[in-house]
Amino acid sequence: MLKLPIYLDNNATTPVDPRVLQEMLPFFTEVFGNAASRNHPFGWKAEEGVDYAREQVAMVIGASEKEIIFTSGATESNNLAIKGVFEMYSEKGNHIITLTTEHKAVLDTCKHLEKHGAEVTYLEVGSDGLLNLEDLEAAMKPTTILVSVMFANNEIGVIQPIKEIAAIAHKHGALLHTDATQAVGKVNTDVNEFGIDLLSFTAHKMYGPKGIGALYVRRKNPRVKVTAQMDGGGHERGMRSGTLNVPGIVGFGKACELARLEMDQDAARLSKMRDRLDNSLLELEESYLNGNKENRLPHCTNISFKYVEGEGLMMGVKDIAVSSGSACTSASLEPSYVLKALGLDDELAHSSLRFGLSRFTTEEEIDFAINQTKEAVTKLREMSPLWEMFKEGIDLKTIEWAEH
Amino acid sequence: MAYSEKVIDHYSNPRNIGTLDKSKNNVGTGLVGAPECGDVMRLQIEVDDATGTITDAKFKTFGCGSAIASSSLATEWLKGKSIDDALKIDNMDIVEELALPPVKIHCSVLAEDAIKAAINDYRTKNNLEPIAAH
Repeated sequence: MLKLPIYLDNNATTPVDPRVLQEMLPFFTEVFGNAASRNHPFGWKAEEGVDYAREQVAMVIGASEKEIIFTSGATESNNLAIKGVFEMYSEKGNHIITLTTEHKAVLDTCKHLEKHGAEVTYLEVGSDGLLNLEDLEAAMKPTTILVSVMFANNEIGVIQPIKEIAAIAHKHGALLHTDATQAVGKVNTDVNEFGIDLLSFTAHKMYGPKGIGALYVRRKNPRVKVTAQMDGGGHERGMRSGTLNVPGIVGFGKACELARLEMDQDAARLSKMRDRLDNSLLELEESYLNGNKENRLPHCTNISFKYVEGEGLMMGVKDIAVSSGSACTSASLEPSYVLKALGLDDELAHSSLRFGLSRFTTEEEIDFAINQTKEAVTKLREMSPLWEMFKEGIDLKTIEWAEH
Repeated sequence: MAYSEKVIDHYSNPRNIGTLDKSKNNVGTGLVGAPECGDVMRLQIEVDDATGTITDAKFKTFGCGSAIASSSLATEWLKGKSIDDALKIDNMDIVEELALPPVKIHCSVLAEDAIKAAINDYRTKNNLEPIAAH
C-alpha cells in the first residue's frame, strides 16, 4: 500500500537509514563519553567509536583517516576550506576561482573574502551546467591559490569534470577544493583518482544524521594546510576545535560504509527509475530537462514545464514532496540563480521541479509521481492564459507585460 | 507554508475558468502581471449594456495557488455586480476572504488590478473615459 505523501526531495536531505540509527543509539546513553577525555574508559570508548567511524568516512572517498576533519556539516566544511586556504596561503596569492552555480555556502564565503582582500573569479557555465575547461585555463593567474568547483550540482545534478579541473589547477600551482555534498556515496569521488586536495561532504545527504559533516584535507602530494576558523581546545589536529559529536560521527561512519558497499547497486536501480520518470514527464509538450543529461547524478532530475508556475504546480502535486526553482518558494522572491545561470528565461526557471530519489524510493512511488505531475501540469495549463496564447501561436515576447 | 482552506478550495475547484470573446464590444479583458514575475492573470467581464450589470466573468491565471484563488474569487464576486460596485472591490477584501498571508498580498493586488483593467478595456471599447489606474 502506497503511503502518502511521497518524499522525493532527497537532494535537500535524506532519511536516516535504520542501520545507521542502530549504530548511533548506544553513543547517546551508554557510550556517552567525551572523545577527548583521555584518562577514563568513558572517553576511551567514545574515542574508539570516533576512530572507527573516521576510517569508514575516509574509505568512502579513498582517503586516509588522518585526512578527515569532522565539522557540523558541508556549509562549515566549505567555510573552513575556502577561508582556511585563503588565510594559510595568503603569502602566495589572493585569487580564488569558483562557479556562479555553486551552493551559497561557497558563493557567500567567497563574497565574504572579497571584503578581506580576496580577488574572486566567478566562472559561468554552459547551458548544460558544465564548466568549459578553456574558461578555467584562461582565468588562472600566478596569484591563484584555490579553485573551488562543486562535484555535482544540488539543483540539477550535473557532474563537473573534476579530474580535468584539478589538473588545470595543479598545473598553475593552485589547490582544488570540491563541494561534494551531493556526490559522495552516490558516485565515485575517490580523492586520489580525481586529484582532489580538499573535499566537503555531509552525512544527511547520504542517509546519515544532520549536524555532522567532514572536510577532507590532503596530507601528501602536496601536504595541504588550512587555518582554523574555530578556535578552542585544538580538536581535529588543531583545524577545528569543539567537542566531537560522537553519535553523529558514528552515524556518519556507518552511512559512509553502507554507501561504499551499496553505491553501485543503488545507482543502477535509481538511474533506471529516474530515467523512467524523465522519459514519462518529457512526453508532456513543452517540457524541458535542465542540465546535462549524461554527466549527472543517478538519482535526480530537474524539469521545467513551460507555461505553468512552479509553486502552483507544487500545490497540484500535493502528495509528492519535491522542490521548485520558482521565486515564490524562496525567501528572496528570485527564481533559481542556478537555472538562470544556464541561460533559462525567468519563466522557465519559475516552472521547474526537482525530483530527488533515494535508496528507499519504490517503483510504485515513481508511478504515482508521474501520474500526479502529469495531471497537475495538464490542469494548470488549462487555466493558464500563457498556454492559451502559446496554443494560439502568439509569441509571448511580443506582449508588453505590466511588471509589478 | 500552509494554505487556507478557501485557497485550497478555489485552487482545486476554480470557478469560471475560461475565455470570453474579446472581439465583442460588451466584453472587457484585463491582462496583468508578467511571466518573469511568476504571475499572469487574465480576467474578462461581459456587461449587459442596458443595465451596466456584469453578466459573466471568466479568468485564466498563471501563478501560485493564491493567485489562482484570488482571480477565481474575483470572478465569483463580479458576476451580477454593476460596474460601479465592481470598482469598489478592494484587494484587502480578497486578502480577508482567502486569509492570505503577507507574502501573498501581491496576488490580491494583481486581482484588483485585473478587475480595473477589464473594466477599463470595456469602457474604452464603448468610448467612455477610463478610470484612474490603481
